[in-house]
Amino acid sequence: MQYLVSVITDSIDRADPDEQAAIDVFNEQLQKDGHWVFAGGLGAPSTATVIDNRGGQGLMTDGPFTESKEFFIGFWIIEAPDLDVAVKLATEGSKACNRKVEVRPFL
Amino acid sequence: MNGTDTREVIARAHHEEWARVVAALTRRFGDLDIAEEGAAEAFATAVERWPTDGIPPNPGAWLTTTANRKAIDRIRRENKRDDKHKEAGVLSDIEPPAPLGAIDDDRLRLIFICCHPALAMETRVALTLRMVGGLSVSEIARAFLVQESAMSRRITRAKAKIKAARIPYRVPSEEDLPLRVTGVLAVLYLVFNEGYLASGPDTDPVRDDLTAEAIRLARLVRALLPVDGEVAGLLALMLLIEARRTARVSAVGELIALDEQNRGAWDAEMIAEGHALVRERLATGMAPGRFQILAAINALHTSARDVRDTDWSQIVALYDQLVRVEPSPVVALNRAIAVSELDGPEVALAAVDRLQDQLVEYHPYHATRAELLRRLGYGPAARAAYDAAIERAGNPGEIAYLTRRRDQLG
Repeated sequence: MQYLVSVITDSIDRADPDEQAAIDVFNEQLQKDGHWVFAGGLGAPSTATVIDNRGGQGLMTDGPFTESKEFFIGFWIIEAPDLDVAVKLATEGSKACNRKVEVRPFL
Repeated sequence: MNGTDTREVIARAHHEEWARVVAALTRRFGDLDIAEEGAAEAFATAVERWPTDGIPPNPGAWLTTTANRKAIDRIRRENKRDDKHKEAGVLSDIEPPAPLGAIDDDRLRLIFICCHPALAMETRVALTLRMVGGLSVSEIARAFLVQESAMSRRITRAKAKIKAARIPYRVPSEEDLPLRVTGVLAVLYLVFNEGYLASGPDTDPVRDDLTAEAIRLARLVRALLPVDGEVAGLLALMLLIEARRTARVSAVGELIALDEQNRGAWDAEMIAEGHALVRERLATGMAPGRFQILAAINALHTSARDVRDTDWSQIVALYDQLVRVEPSPVVALNRAIAVSELDGPEVALAAVDRLQDQLVEYHPYHATRAELLRRLGYGPAARAAYDAAIERAGNPGEIAYLTRRRDQLG
């Protein structure tokens, strides 16, 4: 069972060296324990482009699909047997990257 | 046996066996929806069949077997419809797995899945009443004054989240257990409090169906976790409050304050049971949590044959202990009420006034101030405080009480 752990922030600041070091330790542990699938950081919302090709027009808009104070700045995809394990890992992840995270199951 | 007797047996079986049937099916099928629908169909079949066929020798086993069959029928129908066969494995497994040990009781796991911290508190309450308590969706909706359709959506969403996010059906691990039990107890206390002081203008001041259900579920949790001090504490607390229920409402539906209650009308049996639990906890010598301290306070109240015999210095000492465990303004307010009995209303009023910023929207803050101001002889200020309390109170019995107290000021 896979879960998406999204990192939520309200500032475009990247992880500082201490945070990056903690994230590295956390990532290594995920890999060692077999929870690691994939992870990545995302560009700021200002770097986003929205495409709407529902009408076959390929309409392109500058910016994110929704303006909000908080946004996703990165994510982990983890392998976990159930939500309790996923929450435990996400709790450690939140501490490591020093930001809020959201856990959602893949269907 | 006549029809009335059969109906009573079915009602009792529903009360005693619902959670067990739902829990057994949840373990087997891993799906709360299937478990609940299977259980509901089994009870519907009992209502149909038992009056003519007679009551089976072991109603619980009959209900579980029937619920299992109904669930399998449903899965087969659905598999045919959408051509999914992932549940096929369970279909050949007709014999239910062997029962597990006490701590692994299915019902305990059911309680923990319903009270999972990943669900909103109000959702946990609704789901616990539905899946563990067996209350109908319309009963739960009525209890919490929301539309049945809204309550139904809330429960459906919760079940879907449990399934999709894979919230596990298990008793939390040793290290997580204390924290998770706290959540379960919070849910039961919410149910009890809604019964004890119903929040809405259109309900009875006291909902004894809800207080009784909370006590029943607390007894169940205590049977499953007999060594947990806070479980015992919450059960004792509920019993000691519930024991005063009939003395707490007047013939015209007005709430009666503790000092004006007819103590002869208190339920002696419940008080004895509550006191025994409090003594049992004291004997362990372990540091008590919030519910154990609250139970001890209520044990002192219910030990006094006359309000004048109340041991206020002990009660204040217990509130001091409670403030350390739970440093909230509401606890500070209740402590001030006890202080007024020990050190007089002036000292208490000073303590209460310090809570104004935090509690200005909390009606007991104004009601407490009103009583203290009355005792100090500040009529107009007391009247204004009663008005502020009445404006914010929701319970009709309490509003009646406050209104009478205000109008007595003359």
